[in-house]
Amino acid sequence: MAGAVSALFLLDIKGRVLVWRDYRGDVSALQAERFFTKLLDKEGDSESHSPVVYDDAGVTYMFIQHNNVFLLTASRQNCNAASILLFLHRVVDVFKHYFEELEEESLRDNFVVVYELLDEMMDFGYPQYTEAKILSEFIKTDAYRMEVSQRPPMAVTNAVSWRSEGIRYKKNEVFLDVVESVNILVNSNGQIVRSDVVGALKMRTYLSGMPECKLGLNDRVLLEAQGRATKGKAIDLDDIKFHQCVRLARFENDRTISFIPPDGSFDLMTYRLSTQVSLLLVIYSYWMLKIPEMHYLVPLFSCLSLFDVLKVKPLIWVEAQIEKHSRSRIELMVKARSQFKERSTATNVEIEVPVPSDSTNPNIRTSMGSAAYAPERDAMVWKVKSFPGGKEYMCRAEFSLPSITAEEAAPEKKAPIRVKFEIPYFTVSGIQVRYLKIIEKSGYQALPWVRYITMAGEYELRLT
Amino acid sequence: MSGHDSKYFSTTKKGEIPELKEELNSQYKDKRKDAVKKVIAAMTVGKDVSSLFTDVVNCMQTENLELKKLVYLYLINYAKSQPDLAILAVNTFVKDSQDPNPLIRALAVRTMGCIRVDKITEYLCDPLQRCLKDDDPYVRKTAAICVAKLYDINAELVEDRGFLEALKDLISDNNPMVVANAVAALAEIQDSSARPIFEITSHTLSKLLTALNECTEWGQVFILDSLSKYKAADVREAENIVERVTPRLQHANCAVVLSAVKIILLQMELITSTDVVRNLCKKMAPPLVTLLSAEPEIQYVALRNINLIVQKRPTILAHEIKVFFCKYNDPIYVKMEKLEIMIKLASDRNIDQVLLEFKEYATEVDVDFVRKAVRAIGRCAIKLERAAERCISVLLELIKIKVNYVVQEAIIVIKDIFRRYPNTYESIIATLCESLDTLDEPEAKASMIWIIGEYAERIDNADELLESFLETFPEEPALVQLQLLTATVKLFLKKPTEGPQQMIQAVLNNATVETDNPDLRDRAYIYWRLLSTDPEAAKDVVLAEKPVISDDSNQLDSSLLDDLLANISTLSSVYHKPPEAFVSRVKTAPRADDEEFADAAETGYSESPSQGVDGASPSSSAGTSSHVPVMQPPATPAPMPDLLGDLMGMDNSIISAQLVRRDGQIFYDISFDNGTQAVLDGFMIQFNKNTFGVAAGGPLQVPPMQPGASARSLLPMVAFQNISPGAPNSLLQVAVKNNQQPVWYFNDKIPMHVFFGEDGKMERTSFLEAWKSLPDDNEFSKEFAASVISSIDATIEHLAASNVFFIAKRKNANKDVLYMSAKIPRGIPFLIELTAAVGVPGVKCAVKTPNKEMVALFFEAMESLLK
Repeated sequence: MAGAVSALFLLDIKGRVLVWRDYRGDVSALQAERFFTKLLDKEGDSESHSPVVYDDAGVTYMFIQHNNVFLLTASRQNCNAASILLFLHRVVDVFKHYFEELEEESLRDNFVVVYELLDEMMDFGYPQYTEAKILSEFIKTDAYRMEVSQRPPMAVTNAVSWRSEGIRYKKNEVFLDVVESVNILVNSNGQIVRSDVVGALKMRTYLSGMPECKLGLNDRVLLEAQGRATKGKAIDLDDIKFHQCVRLARFENDRTISFIPPDGSFDLMTYRLSTQVSLLLVIYSYWMLKIPEMHYLVPLFSCLSLFDVLKVKPLIWVEAQIEKHSRSRIELMVKARSQFKERSTATNVEIEVPVPSDSTNPNIRTSMGSAAYAPERDAMVWKVKSFPGGKEYMCRAEFSLPSITAEEAAPEKKAPIRVKFEIPYFTVSGIQVRYLKIIEKSGYQALPWVRYITMAGEYELRLT
Repeated sequence: MSGHDSKYFSTTKKGEIPELKEELNSQYKDKRKDAVKKVIAAMTVGKDVSSLFTDVVNCMQTENLELKKLVYLYLINYAKSQPDLAILAVNTFVKDSQDPNPLIRALAVRTMGCIRVDKITEYLCDPLQRCLKDDDPYVRKTAAICVAKLYDINAELVEDRGFLEALKDLISDNNPMVVANAVAALAEIQDSSARPIFEITSHTLSKLLTALNECTEWGQVFILDSLSKYKAADVREAENIVERVTPRLQHANCAVVLSAVKIILLQMELITSTDVVRNLCKKMAPPLVTLLSAEPEIQYVALRNINLIVQKRPTILAHEIKVFFCKYNDPIYVKMEKLEIMIKLASDRNIDQVLLEFKEYATEVDVDFVRKAVRAIGRCAIKLERAAERCISVLLELIKIKVNYVVQEAIIVIKDIFRRYPNTYESIIATLCESLDTLDEPEAKASMIWIIGEYAERIDNADELLESFLETFPEEPALVQLQLLTATVKLFLKKPTEGPQQMIQAVLNNATVETDNPDLRDRAYIYWRLLSTDPEAAKDVVLAEKPVISDDSNQLDSSLLDDLLANISTLSSVYHKPPEAFVSRVKTAPRADDEEFADAAETGYSESPSQGVDGASPSSSAGTSSHVPVMQPPATPAPMPDLLGDLMGMDNSIISAQLVRRDGQIFYDISFDNGTQAVLDGFMIQFNKNTFGVAAGGPLQVPPMQPGASARSLLPMVAFQNISPGAPNSLLQVAVKNNQQPVWYFNDKIPMHVFFGEDGKMERTSFLEAWKSLPDDNEFSKEFAASVISSIDATIEHLAASNVFFIAKRKNANKDVLYMSAKIPRGIPFLIELTAAVGVPGVKCAVKTPNKEMVALFFEAMESLLK
């Protein structure tokens, strides 16, 4: 099913056109503007409206918001909605690469480049090319513009569309960060509703030429295929997504992760582990950290009873007792416990406990770290710089409440407790980079650096 | 890297346009460039700077790429308003399209294609021809899209100049990006044409699958989306496609993933091995779940699609319900969609957890979301019988919170639950009655009243409760009034005591005399009559057992669902509507509409279209041709009303038409008699979707017809293009229009034998094998009582002319048995056995075919052939 958009609009926060590019000549800017401002007026905030809307004149509008700018497309065809919305996000990325920040001001300041980019990224309403780094090789802002006429870099149409040829570095280095975010949702009764881990291999490459890279992970499927002993060393990844540089057909065939990387930073791959799996792995890495020389212990757990015996333990557990004394004051007692091994330490822990929006006169004491009332977030924010494993800290607070309230007060928003933290040198999944081979025809030696870190993603604990 | 372009937006006091004009003609390069930037800035904020056209175009011949781009941009915007001046730019365009720098060559064709001025289009052809064969892939990929642009402006030109062939050649290009753009362009052209232009063959298929591995993410989406139109020939091919597409599920780009899912789901229809299907389902689940970690807008599209996918294949995500639990920060439109999917995935196994979630949501602040959560509990109760009781107890807990809109919503769903499980949960009515006075929404009130009426015999104070509502009867909305009326009648029938008697008098009086709502009045009169003539009959009517309702959460019907699944990831799948419902098929639709409107206004017979439709619709004749008398007012475009118009209004125009096959090609043989007093011209024809996918293969060619003249036209047809789903039938709906008269609609029959192909002849042995290989329940037979075979040879010859081929014959008693074969496209064979005695009326026709659904149509066709 073919489908292209008719025009792309960049609008300000009130829905007025800043810049627009007409790709097919079958929609009117005035109509779009009128429709969209009405939509914004009606809904109050853009959050509440679905990003795909149809007006009666047969035009579909799709939009996203970034800072004080709306990116909006208008279309008369049955176009690929996922592709167009994702394209809009990529447009944001490209603009950010060019102007550092995408906002009304930067668009006005650079409207010439904006037009040029819109012309190059989309043709006749079909997304064409969104690699910011390569685009900036032939579309330049004033400061970098040269009078010599540029040519399109080979990369634009090459099979390797993300990397230009002829890159040179004195020192060839690769930095690989394994970042795992833990998402968890705990019900008000303390039951874990869902938990998963989203991991990303973030790469920064400073490599010359066209390097061929091969990455080895302790992926169970691969190791078993190669007939190596797995002995609990391997991990199962639920869903793996690769940057477009990775040869997917090859991975499908023999689980080899091979690629020619883009220059600079990018996400090589992301993966996800769902509840039950991470359950096992939490326990597993927990043991590994403590007694790495005793691998053989692990198989002991690999029986079915595991699920019953060992409950999932969120890395940081928070309990809050909130007592509301009629309409005069509210008392909070928050307990935070780190449930990982002592040799690891969580850093930059931030626990946000919601309080009524009309609270005043905070009186807060903590056993560790510092806590403060953040009225703009309707919450008390408790920060602990360093939180070693196996510790428990407390925080008590008291707020005054106004004695009178509006008769028909809107119900209080039931925000959950939210937690942020980072645990360096630690992954929940137990993922390990076994090797990262880099081969370039010039034969240079490149240094790979690997770091591991776990952090909180959407870490929510609901309150009663 | 920040620019300071905003300065160009500022203006000076002196008249802006004259000043710009002066600067544009400056002798200094930099000044000219600045001036063009100012012009573009003015254009951006919506000022009309079209008067500077010549001056800007003068700046076009420049070595400076940036300046050139700006001038081009200006041209795209204003060429339409200055078509004559736009010609000035042509020379530079043509020159640029031969520039040594590929960037400039591409820029020139790209821009020329965007200038929608006829005069320019002609000059575009030569540069485009060159660029399609350019050495640089960047230019070729731009040229590929440009063909689609040109087709949009002037389709004829594209076909005449052979650009379609050139575009098809690009599918074999060695550069994947060029292939992808060529595919996008061809797919678009195909969409706006009724003729088959871009059909994927097994040869192109393998090329596309190869290019898929190498092109950019956006190109992959184009290719995957075009593959979704391809119907695999057999299971092996389907499996092969799936195998090649599956690795795309690992792509970081969500659009690639969704389009890959679409292909896999489509091809799975063909795959019979349950193991393979199960395996594929297992492979698709994780990528679908991961889509929910994408940006919220994309999550929304994904959720709308997942909603469809779980309707078709509930097993894929049956164990993943938890990922659809709402997060605190999800935008409301994501939460609403998640809720919908949670209902679809709710099962006896997970209902406890789901209910906990719903309960949590029901205490949030967003009113719409809360209502939907409460409604969701009700829908689960209706869907899962074993969980109904738990659902109800959650609803009761929610009612106790006493949040007004929660209570009202709960009562509405409880009414539905009562209808689903009659006489099971009445014990909770007492609790419901406690909240009676808080109800202020019509639907909730009406629901509560319905409950009271329905269970009046179990509610001690039902009369009091109803009476409290009756006080405000005249002010209530119609919905509530109707329920009150019915509930009071129910109460009276169940408890015919004095209180209800008085109530019913008051209500009937109110509902008949003091209302102007016809529905209410009519219902009241019916009740009144019933009650006064035969109370027993009234009981039978009013207290009749109601049909049990069912869950509506799987509401899409299967053919629509399949339609939508073929459109995964597109707007169609977001709207849950087929593309035709929101896309005007002809791309120039807005313009065409305007013209039509103008025509209607000119003729001065604004009501004539509806008359025409009534007069001509829908008459069908039993034979293979239709003769449709078309009654038309003489809708001559006379500026003044014709005084004779009324007298002449019954003139007859006749269309007769028939599907025929000639030299292996199907035509619509159509003839017109102009019975009007006007010259008719501009004939056009359109066919509705039909079983055989018959559609016009080109425009209808009918010369202008003088009054009284007739004309005949052979319209080449294509078949099996856009097949309408559902059971096969021979109905062909046709619409014909011309410039003078409104649209004529009529029904025709598709005689199946026009599809019998020249390749239908089978060898004796293969016929025997085929006959044996088909199971016996694929055999059907029918007597054609009226048919007579007077000579075997003549019959064989006659049938062979219609591509029913003779294979063998034998004698059985006094009868002759003929074996014949025929074949319709898509490789559907018919193995035929005719039994008849020469000269005696009555022919028995037996047929074996793998496609049972077509048998009825086949007999119809054979019978008409044997007449």
